Amino acid sequence: MRRVLTAALFALPILFLAIFYAWPLLAILRVSFAGAPGEAIGQVGAAVGSPAFWQLLWFTTWQALVSTLLTIAAGLPLAYIFARYDFRGKSLVHALLTIPFVMPTVVVATAFMALIGRTGLLNTWLQDAFGLAAPPIRLEQTIWLILIVHVFYNVAVIIRTVGGFWTNLSPHLGASAAVLGASPWRVLRTITLPLLLPSILAAGLLVFLFCFTSFGVILILGGARFATIEVEIYRQAVSYFNLPLAAFLCLVQLAITFSVMVAYTRMQARVSRPLAQRGGGLARRPANRREWAVLAIALAVTAAGLLAPLGALAVRSFTLGDQGPTLLYYQALTTNPRQSAFFAPPVTAIANSLLYATATLLISLPLGIIGAYMLAQERSRWAAVFDPLLLLPLGTSAVTLGFGYIVAMGPLRTSLWLVPIAHSLIALPFVVRTFLPALRALDRRLREASATLGAGPLRSWWTIDVPLLLRAALISAAFAFAISLGEFGATLLVARPDRPTMPMVIYQALGRPGLINYGQALAMSTILMAVTAVALIAIERFRVPGSEEF
Amino acid sequence: MNRCRILPVLLIAAVLLSACQAVATDSAPAAAQPATLTVATHDSFAIGEEVLRQFETEHNARVQILTLGDAGEALNKIILSKDAPLADLFFGVDNTFLSRALDSGAFVPYASPLLEHIPDDLELDPDHRLLPVDYGFVNLNADQAWFADAGVPLPQTLEDLTAPAYKGLLVVQNPATSSPGLAFLLTTIAHFGEEGYLDYWQALRENDVMVSDGWSEAYFEHFTVGSGGAGDRPLVVSYSTSPPADVVYATDGRTEPASVNISPQNGTFRQVEFVGILDGAANPELARAFIDFMLDTTFQSDIPLQMFVYPANPDAPLPDLFVQFGQTPEAPVSIDAAAIEANREQWIRSWSDVMLR
Repeated sequence: MRRVLTAALFALPILFLAIFYAWPLLAILRVSFAGAPGEAIGQVGAAVGSPAFWQLLWFTTWQALVSTLLTIAAGLPLAYIFARYDFRGKSLVHALLTIPFVMPTVVVATAFMALIGRTGLLNTWLQDAFGLAAPPIRLEQTIWLILIVHVFYNVAVIIRTVGGFWTNLSPHLGASAAVLGASPWRVLRTITLPLLLPSILAAGLLVFLFCFTSFGVILILGGARFATIEVEIYRQAVSYFNLPLAAFLCLVQLAITFSVMVAYTRMQARVSRPLAQRGGGLARRPANRREWAVLAIALAVTAAGLLAPLGALAVRSFTLGDQGPTLLYYQALTTNPRQSAFFAPPVTAIANSLLYATATLLISLPLGIIGAYMLAQERSRWAAVFDPLLLLPLGTSAVTLGFGYIVAMGPLRTSLWLVPIAHSLIALPFVVRTFLPALRALDRRLREASATLGAGPLRSWWTIDVPLLLRAALISAAFAFAISLGEFGATLLVARPDRPTMPMVIYQALGRPGLINYGQALAMSTILMAVTAVALIAIERFRVPGSEEF
Repeated sequence: MNRCRILPVLLIAAVLLSACQAVATDSAPAAAQPATLTVATHDSFAIGEEVLRQFETEHNARVQILTLGDAGEALNKIILSKDAPLADLFFGVDNTFLSRALDSGAFVPYASPLLEHIPDDLELDPDHRLLPVDYGFVNLNADQAWFADAGVPLPQTLEDLTAPAYKGLLVVQNPATSSPGLAFLLTTIAHFGEEGYLDYWQALRENDVMVSDGWSEAYFEHFTVGSGGAGDRPLVVSYSTSPPADVVYATDGRTEPASVNISPQNGTFRQVEFVGILDGAANPELARAFIDFMLDTTFQSDIPLQMFVYPANPDAPLPDLFVQFGQTPEAPVSIDAAAIEANREQWIRSWSDVMLR
């Protein structure tokens, strides 16, 4: 009976992926190659034979790899400091860190331009300070800007995932090593980093996949000079309507994603080990002036790198050209001067967004956690197969899958339910990846001990797993919620203007000339940031009754 | 501790409340069950509330709008779903995609009686599967004040743009991802011919033209007017209706636009937008009624200030701002729709080879 129940439970995420991922994808691939097979093969052959194709693969891979390494390098020190020190406002910092995730690329691009563009703040300041004739920072449409923005978008994944894991790492091992004479550097190299490796790999993999399938950042910040496979798929599928070639590129992208994930799964299984975990084991208030200084520097770096662009954006939403502060853009959001249908005052857009995000959370969190438990089963044949499969949605071209929905989803394709379902598809890999390292690190002996002491499986789950894994679950939940809040979804889904979300309002405003439209986009982006921050803080503070002690 | 618990509870309550509200409005019963007309379109579609209600009341119908992404994405989704149509009709095929739309067989003919009011030169499909609703012009916009301050005359011809005086002033869009970008590429092909346009672009590149991905980035990030001074490009490829929009959407109550249209000989491209009934529509009767409605003066007069394009029906009055600042350029280039579809990939590829390598 228990076995059947477990099997039924484990079947849920698989079923979800089969219906909402595999089926539409297979349907669009079938349609794409069905037309004229001979012609399709000819086109694919010609593409593979051209140097442009290999250039495309090479650029996509190396920019993703470099972006990932830079993101890890930027994220690890901050992850350590935020994991190590408790301070007032920490959950606010955590929430703020996750905000870039929800920001539309166009808006982030304007924020960076306002900061480091040719006439941006930094250049103006440097020119004034040093009397330079030309702006010293020229990053527009360069690979550097793409890399910087990739780090900006993804550093939260490292800080949150690795940081969450690090907090729960018992400090005793390191302390013992120190007592035995190991230098701090040696403790880091031989104890801490190896123990952290599973979570670094897991977070790094997510970042890699995000950058590997990067679309908006490449197009908008790179100008037109750079193209990833995802960008090329879009051009083939939309501009040229060359479905066979688009489908082939989609398969190439999937094949690379899949092999990266297989390699990752192997490594992950090798480096994971159960740890003596403790909730909040490492976190404490800084003890002396040196520690306060370290924390202050970390916060300053975070503020400069992550919050300055977002802050610049918020400031601009309250500024009217040279004329000083204004609420005009916010007022404009609430009025409908041309009496357009489907006008959405901010409250409506916020409510719609929150509704979708909550539904996404309710779908993706249980499914993801079940999926993680399935993968954590030792000696499970399933785990080896499904571990990489669970991540595939992240490596799949959105435009291809969107076309797949149109072909395969019947009446559901125009249903509002498809929105949280599609958001969950993107959130699911996040939930699984952020939750799994913590789950794998859970010491089995704890559960065995509770079973020996007479606790049933449910009780030992409630008293052992829930308190120890709550932090990881909350981080997963925060990501799932944020992903849904920021998803524009027009490529993936059929949008319903009668049910507009915050990102939809932003894009709508950016589609028309005129300063008031631009201002409204800034204002709505600022509201999106604020709503995200509040929602994430609320999620962070969630506690299971009776487990406050951990 | 209390504070910590109240926040999530409030949040959840707010969400549930809005959910209930949503369900309530969805299931409101009506006197006589209205038929639902589903209209698929692209992201930029807009319509007046009153205008839409008028149609719904007159025909006892409920209009459900679906937006399917940008113009290209939306059309491709329509074509992919032609065996089980997503909607009754589709609005938003433009003349650069006309051939693709007609070849797909997704649309059925409808010779609306209102077509007699529409100028013949807008009717590009003799079989009336796609009927013209509106049109607009892609051309250059210039920052008037910038040129006055710099003492540089406004460019008069496409050739001027390669002159040293205009070095580093222009931002255009990538034709592979942007429809005004493609339109501007087409004007250069029409003007310089297939033999000459690449040399022109080479010269533009040497004159430090900037290529952005889409219209929004070009206009709001790089164009000096659109970015409120943050950008450094006083010339942009945009629409002839952008200057009127600059007044309508101004923040300072200005009565004259900061930007001005530049419409050199052969330097503008006319985009015509069409609507068509989908083969297998659930409500063909209602769809035909909606097309008549779209071509009639109520909807046509609503078009300019909702979507910032010109109404196809000349009986619809133009707003004053359009007459003053959004003059329709004379002699736009014309390229056969079939030629565009046949050569699009080749032209864009050649352009990319010159501009992006």
